[in-house]
Amino acid sequence: MSRIAVELPGLSMKNPIMPASGCFGFGEEMGSLYDLNELGAIALKATTREPRFGNETPRVAETAAGMLNAIGLQNPGLQKVISEKLPKLKSIETPLLANIAGTTMEDYEEVAADLSGTGRVNALELNISCPNVKEGGIAFGTDPSLAAELTERVKAVSSVPVYVKLSPNVTDITDIAKAVERAGADGLTLINTLSGMKIDRKSRKPLLANQAGGLSGPAVKPIAVRMIHEVRRQTQLPLIGMGGISDVEDIIDFIIAGADAVAVGTANFTNPFICPELSRGLEKWLAQEQYTHLYDLQPKEVHSVE
Amino acid sequence: MRKEDMIVLENKEIARDIFEMKLGGLLVQDITEPGQFLHIHTSPQPFPLLRRPLSICKTNKAEEYLTVIYRAEGEGTRLLSACSKGSTLDVIGPLGHGFPVSDVSPGEKVLLAGGGVGVPPLYDTGHALKEKGVDVTTVIGFSDKGTVFYEDPFRDIGRVFVSTADGSYGTAGFVTDVMEKEKLAFDRIFACGPVPMLKALETKYPEAEGCISLEERMGCGIGVCLACVCHTRQDPDGSDYRKVCSDGPVFPWKEVVL
Repeated sequence: MSRIAVELPGLSMKNPIMPASGCFGFGEEMGSLYDLNELGAIALKATTREPRFGNETPRVAETAAGMLNAIGLQNPGLQKVISEKLPKLKSIETPLLANIAGTTMEDYEEVAADLSGTGRVNALELNISCPNVKEGGIAFGTDPSLAAELTERVKAVSSVPVYVKLSPNVTDITDIAKAVERAGADGLTLINTLSGMKIDRKSRKPLLANQAGGLSGPAVKPIAVRMIHEVRRQTQLPLIGMGGISDVEDIIDFIIAGADAVAVGTANFTNPFICPELSRGLEKWLAQEQYTHLYDLQPKEVHSVE
Repeated sequence: MRKEDMIVLENKEIARDIFEMKLGGLLVQDITEPGQFLHIHTSPQPFPLLRRPLSICKTNKAEEYLTVIYRAEGEGTRLLSACSKGSTLDVIGPLGHGFPVSDVSPGEKVLLAGGGVGVPPLYDTGHALKEKGVDVTTVIGFSDKGTVFYEDPFRDIGRVFVSTADGSYGTAGFVTDVMEKEKLAFDRIFACGPVPMLKALETKYPEAEGCISLEERMGCGIGVCLACVCHTRQDPDGSDYRKVCSDGPVFPWKEVVL
């Protein structure tokens, strides 16, 4: 049996590694570089009801061991995602986690119903934590009762499991985690980016056109690990951990902290081949260390997934 | 496109803070058009985290090397300037679409307009055009005498005019001032430089046939992250867009909003 295969609701993964939403588009570009079947799953770029251009540029800024981005959920909209993007992923077997975003609960319901109805999407990821859009989104991710209501409504219309993507920009991430668990979420993905800002000293203004952006990369890893560790102790839900993962050691830390699978974000930008490299590296490391499965790394009393 | 540890064969300052770096590797064989670029990791550490996009200036497939020219300005390019001969750099490339030399007919008059570190991709472009029997004129602009580079190499391709913003060398003013002063006529124009220069050119020559090459902050460099998008002139306020890294960096004249 494979040391690295994992089973999560809707996602039967041959390895625990998926590219994170927004760091892989809809797979077309990376699909021309390597076989997407090598991935455990793919988290697709956020889909909204209507097409979105997103924010003006500059949209990215480099920081110490990290980067800020404020793309602004640019995407071609629900209809084009269904008619143009998903068909291009038909020939691969890798499970798809479709990230959905919106400004109203009705937006989320419509996108959830239509995307889950395509038959090609294996699970949904509710984006209630994007720090880069002015309205909606993040509001649902910082208020436990709104997050719970949205989860319940999306669950009611979705024919596939629903994961909720949590924001780290809250006082206590476990409040939201517990609220969406009670509302019927099938899993959690965490963490989204941390809200930050970079100043352009020449112009004496924020560098990003959107002013603030989401911080990602190795700089955020300790925060992500701490939050996964906390959430693991407060919920029974499967967790997909992310935040600054760029090597095999990082994945091991996330699994020990309580993640059941991981997502790789920013590292795809510095090395487009990172995901398949990490899954091969992880398998090799586990074999060398004589673990029969990845989950043997986890302290027994903590791991709560069946 | 491939990811390769390329060997630094040479790295020297050719004007104030302007460096020419010669890199060897198999990647050179994949270059299909002048004006494509490399995405270079300037440090094996996660700081600076992102790669730096640099245009390919000169390609030599027979000897399997290429050159890039950059201004040592920020953290990444300063690290690059310290790379010594024999060291290696993690490079992905060639990336993007270059200047459409194949569209140009022999005998056509092509004007190359470059500004500052926008000059390098025009060098390979000029050579490819000259080989086709195209009549090439080059106009290159810099801030001052100390930052002028590649005037002589461009002379091998055709006529060359130089401008400096402060008037310390060549014609005082910008590339557009030289073009006006010399009454330069052309059938096609290929331009690369700062956005104000490209804007001035598209405004002064709205009917021209040609292309511009854009510079933008990039994340991935391969069309995934959507950091480097621009609006199109057809739909300036809508959701239509072009990605500088993978749709460009070279775009048809007046296709994108500058």
